[in-house]
Amino acid sequence: MERIPILKMGRFLLVSIQVDMDDRTAMSLQDDLTARIVKDRAKGVLIDISSLDVVDSFIGRMLANTAAMAHILDAETIVVGMQPSVAITLVELGLSLKGVRSALNVERGMELLRTIVQDDPEPDALDDQE
Amino acid sequence: MRSTIKSESLPVRGSGEVVSVRHLVRRWAVELGFTIVEQTKIVTAASELARNMVDYGRGGTMTIEALEEGPRKGLRLIFEDQGPGIPDIEMALRDGFTSGSGMGLGLGGARRLSNEFEIRSAPGEGTRVAITRWKGAA
Amino acid sequence: MADQSRTGEVLRRHEQEVVAAWVRMQEQNLSLRNNLLKAGELEEQCRSFLRLLLTMIEAGSAEDPVTSQSWTPMRELVSDISRSRARQGFTPTETAMFVFSLKQPVFDVLRRELSSEELADAVWRLTLALDALGLYTTETYQKGREEIINRQQQELLELSTPVVQLWRGVLALPLIGTLDSARTQVVMESLLQAIVDTGSAIAIIDITGVPVVDTLVAQHLLKTVAAARLMGADCIISGIRPQIAQTIVHLGVEINDVLTKATLADAFAIALSRVGLTVARKPAGAARPQTAAE
Repeated sequence: MERIPILKMGRFLLVSIQVDMDDRTAMSLQDDLTARIVKDRAKGVLIDISSLDVVDSFIGRMLANTAAMAHILDAETIVVGMQPSVAITLVELGLSLKGVRSALNVERGMELLRTIVQDDPEPDALDDQE
Repeated sequence: MRSTIKSESLPVRGSGEVVSVRHLVRRWAVELGFTIVEQTKIVTAASELARNMVDYGRGGTMTIEALEEGPRKGLRLIFEDQGPGIPDIEMALRDGFTSGSGMGLGLGGARRLSNEFEIRSAPGEGTRVAITRWKGAA
Repeated sequence: MADQSRTGEVLRRHEQEVVAAWVRMQEQNLSLRNNLLKAGELEEQCRSFLRLLLTMIEAGSAEDPVTSQSWTPMRELVSDISRSRARQGFTPTETAMFVFSLKQPVFDVLRRELSSEELADAVWRLTLALDALGLYTTETYQKGREEIINRQQQELLELSTPVVQLWRGVLALPLIGTLDSARTQVVMESLLQAIVDTGSAIAIIDITGVPVVDTLVAQHLLKTVAAARLMGADCIISGIRPQIAQTIVHLGVEINDVLTKATLADAFAIALSRVGLTVARKPAGAARPQTAAE
């Protein structure tokens, strides 16, 4: 089982999934991300799946669940870099990945996150009260 | 007249082996000359069925066969386990997000991603699922 | 198989004679295509075939030449010859005659040296093997032709599905003609790949040139749109003629959350505004054509 690294970029978290994940790795990632969203007060999560050439229903559900949990924690999730054959297969599989936004690549994803998150008040405002 | 050119079997016990299944199927699909999309479809279907076998069938065996029928070439995967069996196959095939059957999209999804799909299962008799994908088919 | 070592030994001794007679027979039949096959090449093929055949006979194999493992080298030889004949334009009969015309020369030689009892048995065994191999040539000949046809079909498909870049970040896929399942698959895949290659977030699928849209085609289009969305791009379907709009509604296809426009021009206008561009008129007096201003 591998631990997938999560990078912090300002108020966003960036994850790049480079390995073929087994179920335990996927679940750890989900747990780690939710923990980090809270710990770092992240407003956005960018998940780069450009290296994944298979996304089955388990991984798909993991992505959808992560996005749902992030949303509850007031963070938006964007999945980027999905390969065409993966997209075609997911559609055939019937997985809609509702609640998961997508962008073509990391650059676009960051742009999108910045526009979405723009309207929120500065999280740092809370720190002043501590 | 359909003939099997070669075959290989692999035990599938835990979730780590689901990854091995994906790699093995990918290798065979590449060797057979499947397009990227065809490869992804059968590897994903295999992943679904392998996972079902681990989660509900208490582990089992996957057999992979390279087929030839006239001019066309194909890949057949057989997943067999001695688990509890499926009480209601019809329901299991229906995409069970909400039904709580637990199998989610696995069985129905694997069927949609394959050209041929066979299933044999009954409570107490284990489960056997076979899927086939032909090169060049939709 | 009864002792065929006699047969093998006799034929090996007369190999040169048999091959020469065999080549001559074929040249008589292939008189019109002499220029396609060099004399040396044919002789070489005949010699290889005969030697492999004798090896199998001497091994006393009673197995089926078409399916058994031991006959694989022979099948591979026959397959190669058959495919090359197919490529060169020979007919299936001419190709099969390669095998069948061996019967006469072999029979002539055996008749001189074997007793009538041995002869009957030997000829029967050889006939069985040669018949099976002759028929096998037709099978592989077919496969050879089909491979050519499939390759040509693939090339045609690829030529007829151009994806056009209308602007930075905006792709268009003008579909023309009838869409069948195979073509729609190819189309779908090329569009999605183009989206990745060009980094375009908007793709306009124009179906002005598609006369009929049935449920299958509509579903394929919708799947393409869904896949593009999963990847992070949006699709606009344009060029929907009134009849097609009717068909879609009658078929009950769920097209509600897909952006559709009547014309490609309308779709392009939307696409431009989506990527943050606007079309502006140059100041009065400018004689040059309009361009989009950023």
